[in-house]
Amino acid sequence: MSVQTLLYIGGRLVKGAAVLLVIAIFNFFLIRMAPGDPAQVLAGEAGATDAIFLQQLREQFGLDQPLYYQLWIYVSNLMQFDMGITYRQQMPVFDLIMDRMPATLLLTGAAFLLSLLLGILAGVVAAAKHRKWADSAITVAALIFYATPLFWLAMMAALFFSVYLEWLPSFGMQTVGQDLTGWQKVTDIALHLILPASTLGLFFTAVYARMMRTSMIETSRLDFVKTAKAKGMKPSRVTTHHILRNALLPVVTLAGLQAGQLIGGAVLTETVFAWPGIGRLMFEALFQRDYNLLLGVFFVSSAMVVIFNLITDVIYCVVDPRIELSK
Amino acid sequence: MKPLLHVENLSIRLPKGADREFAIRNVNYELMPGELLCVVGESGSGKSMTANAVMGLLPKVIEVDSGAVTFDGFDLTSLEERRARALRGNRISMIFQEPMTALNPLMRVEDQISEVFLIHTAMSATERHDRTLALLEDVGLPDPKKMLRAYPHQLSGGQRQRVMIAMALALEPAVLIADEPTTALDVTTQAQILKLIKELQHKHNTAVMFITHDFGVVAEIADRVVVMEKGEMVELGKRDEVLNHPQHPYTKKLIAAVPPLVSPQREVSVHQEAPILQVKNLCKTYTTGGSWFTKARIVKAADDVNFELHRGETLGLVGESGSGKSTVSRCVVRLLEADSGQILLAGNEIQSLNSKQLMPFRKRIQMVFQDPYASLNPRKTIGQIIADGPIAQGMPATDALAKAAELLELVELPKTALDRYPHEFSGGQRQRIGIARALAHDPEVLVADEAISALDVSVQAQILELIDVLKKRLNLAVLFVVHDLRVAAQVCDRVIVMEKGKIVEMGETSQVFEAPIHEYTKSLIASIPGAHWRSGVEDNQSIEIMEAQV
Repeated sequence: MSVQTLLYIGGRLVKGAAVLLVIAIFNFFLIRMAPGDPAQVLAGEAGATDAIFLQQLREQFGLDQPLYYQLWIYVSNLMQFDMGITYRQQMPVFDLIMDRMPATLLLTGAAFLLSLLLGILAGVVAAAKHRKWADSAITVAALIFYATPLFWLAMMAALFFSVYLEWLPSFGMQTVGQDLTGWQKVTDIALHLILPASTLGLFFTAVYARMMRTSMIETSRLDFVKTAKAKGMKPSRVTTHHILRNALLPVVTLAGLQAGQLIGGAVLTETVFAWPGIGRLMFEALFQRDYNLLLGVFFVSSAMVVIFNLITDVIYCVVDPRIELSK
Repeated sequence: MKPLLHVENLSIRLPKGADREFAIRNVNYELMPGELLCVVGESGSGKSMTANAVMGLLPKVIEVDSGAVTFDGFDLTSLEERRARALRGNRISMIFQEPMTALNPLMRVEDQISEVFLIHTAMSATERHDRTLALLEDVGLPDPKKMLRAYPHQLSGGQRQRVMIAMALALEPAVLIADEPTTALDVTTQAQILKLIKELQHKHNTAVMFITHDFGVVAEIADRVVVMEKGEMVELGKRDEVLNHPQHPYTKKLIAAVPPLVSPQREVSVHQEAPILQVKNLCKTYTTGGSWFTKARIVKAADDVNFELHRGETLGLVGESGSGKSTVSRCVVRLLEADSGQILLAGNEIQSLNSKQLMPFRKRIQMVFQDPYASLNPRKTIGQIIADGPIAQGMPATDALAKAAELLELVELPKTALDRYPHEFSGGQRQRIGIARALAHDPEVLVADEAISALDVSVQAQILELIDVLKKRLNLAVLFVVHDLRVAAQVCDRVIVMEKGKIVEMGETSQVFEAPIHEYTKSLIASIPGAHWRSGVEDNQSIEIMEAQV
């Protein structure tokens, strides 16, 4: 990697940190604008609603301080990589998030790879069979998955594959009550993964398939493809060596966008399939008005977007030599 | 001698709904070993069709109707695809018009060339590497070792075309098909590429089918010539026969439309009144890239440019791409902001005016653009396109439309064109509309930025004629930006030669062309293809033909 590239990446990281700070402040106010009070939720769960107890809770969490002071505490803690303590579990927010991270990464990562591979494959096949029945079938299927709401698809899949066919488990990440080890554990998790990962990945599969198809068809009309044919190449080699790589460029951009959502984007799927990931954590935190936890999840998600945007740009520069990283 | 490639009674059918039934019809010609055959014609003449049929590159909807192309005892039009592929890039290869887009942008030069060896031979990786390196040396690319690792976007147009030639000649094919390979290149680059093709052809005894629209190129390199018109072959003969004694009326017309390189005698006019346009110390710099750590790339597109333009005069602005001629013309009409300098229109400084102050001056200086296909709004009628300007300047809509009708007459288009849309017109007609649009403002200065470059040669002649007539009738001052020196010699009273943003020579046209002083001007003129050939048709005859067209 050249000095210029490293300088570029360094510059982007500095800018990214500034962006994150602004986002954190914005999130802070956003959450305070929503109605509700964490002290009341906690007190309600404890069955005690007298004013003194509420006051104690507020003092304990610093919620009795003026808003600007709370913001100052939050931001200055954040600068020291301290995201605070959750109100309910009384655990450091960071530890809780890290605890849930592997489950989420497994789910979203699997969905990401699945949609990328399947989508590109479907797009290439559709473009190769342009205006034949295979093309129409892929295009129609992609349109359906593109338009269907995710939660509905998730519930239908659970109904069909778990309840009706009894092929796959419908909730959780592991079978409850069995302490499996080694390969048995891996298989168990993999089986639990199939339904949530495919429901989550279907939308992007559809997006990639449609984009890849268009991109392949457009690229195949470019001049250098004619040059390749004039060399006496087999059509299959023209496709793999000349069209495919050029056609992939727009997909890379989109994949970068999806990768940025790997952490925060699975709320619906995780809730429906009771997947113990960050999405569900956030869902619960929302109902408990757990400000610190919510802010922590938001912060980690936005950090991921910033980092993956940068990674996308670096990858782009590797796959397309015309692009230089500068400024 | 037996012909290498024999086109026999070839007819290719166009899909239903096209403007004619056949792309080419009953075409017959032979390509002899070691000869350079030029296939000439205007756009739409079907000159590339045969080549595409030979290479199996015809679009799927177009089919060979009858006839054959025989090569090595096989009919290429009916040959099994697998066997045809074995010939392609191996025994018959092709180079294309657009070097900028003909190479894969994501592959290194080495990979693109050695791919040919990979497909057709059993060479080892080191052999492929060595042969590729030798090829790059052969086509005269600088620093071939470094070139191997380069990506296409790092090369100039001429260098890319050399890479294409290296690729095509990799396996020493018997036949090389060159489809307008120099059309997109600058004149000096064109001269080098033509020389290279000719040299390599002699060295390897390759037969070349060279497709072109430019008779200058024909005069420069051809052994024999085929002339195509609307899919029919109208003339076939030795170069000198066809160029100097054309038989078919269409060939005569085409050759007559080629502007002779000798500038016609003009009276040297002494201008009494002050110049209508004065450009003083004009500078414009483009900066790309650059940050705290990296050096910016600075291009001086206009570097202390000074000139004057008088009423009734045509001033040519010539130079190659990147010389800054378009930048200057755009600065003059203030489509671009110059960095410094003065532009005086009839004595008024307009360079420093803001857009509101500029408003009354806008109409006095108007532009005709290069690409007639892109410069007219496709969703507006011709009437709207022409009338829009005067309406913006405050003319009532009915008056503006009436004026548009008059202008159409002036540019020799029917009034019925008013309610039609740009796509219903040909390139030449669209350029007439573009001229009418510019004239709608009654300008005093007309800036024509490569206004005829996108047109066929016979249409070019008509548009040039029209501009000349209008100039005289309306006493216009014309700033004529052009890269084609033949055209400049014909239409300009004076020319400015630009190189890298600087004016290197300026003077009466005949003087500049007959006795150029600056080295750059000399090299430009020496590069004009077919400079030694002057159309054999007598002058009065050519005028007759031109009048017949108009």
